[in-house]
Amino acid sequence: MFNYTLRRLLLAIPTLLFIALAIFLLLELSPGDPMADMPLTIPPEVREQMRLALGLGEAWYIRFFKWLYLFSVVEPSHVLANMTGLDWLAIEGQRIISFQTRSPVGDIIAQRLPQTLWVVGLSYIFGIMVAVPIGIYSAYRQYSWFDQAGTFISMVGFSLPTFFTGPLLMLIFSIWLGWFPIIYDTTLVVDSWYDFGLQLRQMAMPVFVLTLYNAAQITRFMRASMLDNLTQDYVRTARSKGMTERIVVLVHVLRNSMIPVITVIALGIPTIFTGAIITEQIFRVNGLGALLITAIYASDIPMVLTLSVVFAILIVLFNLIADLLYAVFDPRIRYE
Amino acid sequence: MKRRSALYGAAAALALAPMAAWADRGEDGHLNIIYWQAPSILNPYLSGGTKDVESSSLVLEPLARYNQNGELVAWLAEEIPTVENGGVAEDLTSITWTLREGLLWSDGTPVTSADIAFTAQYCMHPEGGCAQAARYQDVENVEIIDERTVTVHFSVPKPVPYGAFVSAQSPIIQAAQFADCLGARAPECTEANFYPIGTGAFRVVDFRPNDVIQMEANPNYRDPALPHFATLTLKGGGDAASAGRAVMETGEMDYAWNLQLAPDVIATMAQGGRGVPVSAFGTLVERIEMNLTDPSPDLPPETRSTRAHPHPILSDIRVRQALSMAIDRELLVEIGYGQAGRPTCNLVPAPPIFASTANDACLVQDLDGARALLEEAGWTVGGDGIRTNADGRRLVIDYQTSTNAVRQDFQALIQQWWREIGVEANLRNINSSVFFGGDPGSPDTFQKFYADVEMYANNFNGTDPEAYLGAYRCGYEPRPETQWQGENINRFCDPAYDELHLQLAQTASIEERGRIGRELNDILMQNYVIVPLVDRGRVSAHSVTLGGVLLNTWDSELWNVADWHRTE
Repeated sequence: MFNYTLRRLLLAIPTLLFIALAIFLLLELSPGDPMADMPLTIPPEVREQMRLALGLGEAWYIRFFKWLYLFSVVEPSHVLANMTGLDWLAIEGQRIISFQTRSPVGDIIAQRLPQTLWVVGLSYIFGIMVAVPIGIYSAYRQYSWFDQAGTFISMVGFSLPTFFTGPLLMLIFSIWLGWFPIIYDTTLVVDSWYDFGLQLRQMAMPVFVLTLYNAAQITRFMRASMLDNLTQDYVRTARSKGMTERIVVLVHVLRNSMIPVITVIALGIPTIFTGAIITEQIFRVNGLGALLITAIYASDIPMVLTLSVVFAILIVLFNLIADLLYAVFDPRIRYE
Repeated sequence: MKRRSALYGAAAALALAPMAAWADRGEDGHLNIIYWQAPSILNPYLSGGTKDVESSSLVLEPLARYNQNGELVAWLAEEIPTVENGGVAEDLTSITWTLREGLLWSDGTPVTSADIAFTAQYCMHPEGGCAQAARYQDVENVEIIDERTVTVHFSVPKPVPYGAFVSAQSPIIQAAQFADCLGARAPECTEANFYPIGTGAFRVVDFRPNDVIQMEANPNYRDPALPHFATLTLKGGGDAASAGRAVMETGEMDYAWNLQLAPDVIATMAQGGRGVPVSAFGTLVERIEMNLTDPSPDLPPETRSTRAHPHPILSDIRVRQALSMAIDRELLVEIGYGQAGRPTCNLVPAPPIFASTANDACLVQDLDGARALLEEAGWTVGGDGIRTNADGRRLVIDYQTSTNAVRQDFQALIQQWWREIGVEANLRNINSSVFFGGDPGSPDTFQKFYADVEMYANNFNGTDPEAYLGAYRCGYEPRPETQWQGENINRFCDPAYDELHLQLAQTASIEERGRIGRELNDILMQNYVIVPLVDRGRVSAHSVTLGGVLLNTWDSELWNVADWHRTE
């Protein structure tokens, strides 16, 4: 198992290098210009000077290797320094600089991460908490009215895009009823019950929209996996041994059905970090998703590249974790 | 006893009297501003973006700026230097600015002439990539005369010497704070770029790039009674529609910047009753540019869309004029801009002294006149209603613009009118970051102009159009040798125009400048190389409880934020 993990980790390095290069080249080839947002009143010579100041005058491979060095050596040292509180760990000098803000990309990501973890992470947890019981009961009472209702809701969650449900909720709850604010206040400091209430109110709509979406997916997996297991021989055996339905369903069947569901949940965790681009945009939750989309619009190559590669690392990592979890939960599977 | 209490009362009244007359700084609490484009940096020298320039104007201030009527007013300077008051040299090669007395930075240190000289040094550094470098063009050096006085020397006579240190785009920065940020080191100064020390009404407490800025009243602001608000939040991001909604419908925000929305959408929002839209006009003109060179894809890339090949159709002024005559500008305004637009026939619609009245005939649509002109030019209607000429060439033109709902509406309407006079238009829209991106490798930039006509909007800084009109001189056209950079988008070239522009550059008298400016404008208009459509104003919205807003399109919208106050 240890050897397997090590091998996978080593194999991940060339994969990630390739991903980084591919993203860099895609950005390089795609049209767009960091100066496009500037007013036309800025003359072309000045624009050219500004481009040079951003380092765009150098050849692409030099820029790529510079970025690679900064990303793999300098930025991790700053992350480490921040986490341990030991300032001397941070390597002085140049860092990855965003074109839009002229400030280190790493600091902005660190600033945006909490919002995304709160809103998207919470909705993921809620989604699981709602989806698992619904999936279990739907499968146990297949084709009952509960199952039909559950299917209907998950189909709604699947098929209605968040850019529809988001504005719809805003219209109902913010404009007609006035219950929730339409602008997410990222500066809110929760240090009293009143502020906590405000935080709950501003998180309510984005979390609900995303929970609906997450729950819809996980319910279907849970239900299908339960149905597979409910017809197995061991279930009949358990019942004939005289076990209560509670034990049969919640211990025997559930444990076996959870194996694929846990894999799906683990594979979905990177999406918590990548943020919900559209939902964040609609509710003005300034998280990583919103950061990525504004960076793409502004052709902020260092920011887009760094974020995309961080996401790639998370995806590769959680793929490995999902595989390992599989082995932990299912004794039949062994990696050698 | 009675007398005594009466005396006390009088004394108390005397003591209180000044309190009543002078409002206190910060008495109106908190102000919420929303910009649907989020500010990324608070240093206008490193970003020319409007959102960044305007948000930094809360903190950083220039020596002089334009008011809501486009008039230059002294801001940090004591007065506007002119030739009459001796501030500008007779030969127009220098200007002397004097700071107001007793100015302090928000950290309590005095503002001196060294700060002004440093500001010029900062922006003029060759490696800095300063976004406002054009404002410092021809500045030879900035000489420090005394604590409060500097003289800016120019290498050429400057009839309008109000570039450097004027308007929100060119404010004074603190030498002490930016001393280590010159040239290539400019981007490394995150602290200074995010938390600049300024003289403005507010100072930055917390800056989150592309998200939100929190500010508080500057304790060292020059007027002890201002600003009225103690704290301020500038929220960024989202879209114009929800920004408008937050001010006019839910009342969460007090001020929303630049609501580029359809007129009926704004009108519906205004019924929410919590806020009111305000509009003002500047020099932004939505126009159709005619390509005077041949953009045919059959030509080699070295000469395609360059002056080597004149345009086969649009070189004829009669065709260009017919295309202009077929457009109903009133209807375009009604559909696209409502109160934020008005039809115009001029490239320079304002200020009044530069606005010509010689071209106003274009305000009336004349389809018959356009048809007659095309007939005269040898284009006769073919079987499918599209005109052809003697060589059998069909009158088909490619019409490109950036992707934007209003622009696509305009394209559809104009395509219809042109069809009515027998001209077929192939429509195309291009993502604005590509269209305006200026990437010489992309075939879709507005500079490359691989189309027959294209539509966009442009304006000029401040109130003097000299540089703006100068773009249409020979040799300023984008072409392969200049990496497709250049501002003469139409590839217009007329020696008489260049001659006249040279005259403008040497004239100081404002009446004379107005006359020459109008004449230059008329040459471009009467040649129909640029077909102006709409003089586009700005619509912003403020809460019904927010007073003091004077919408300014000549400078930052937040230029007089110190005077903003709460009305009951």
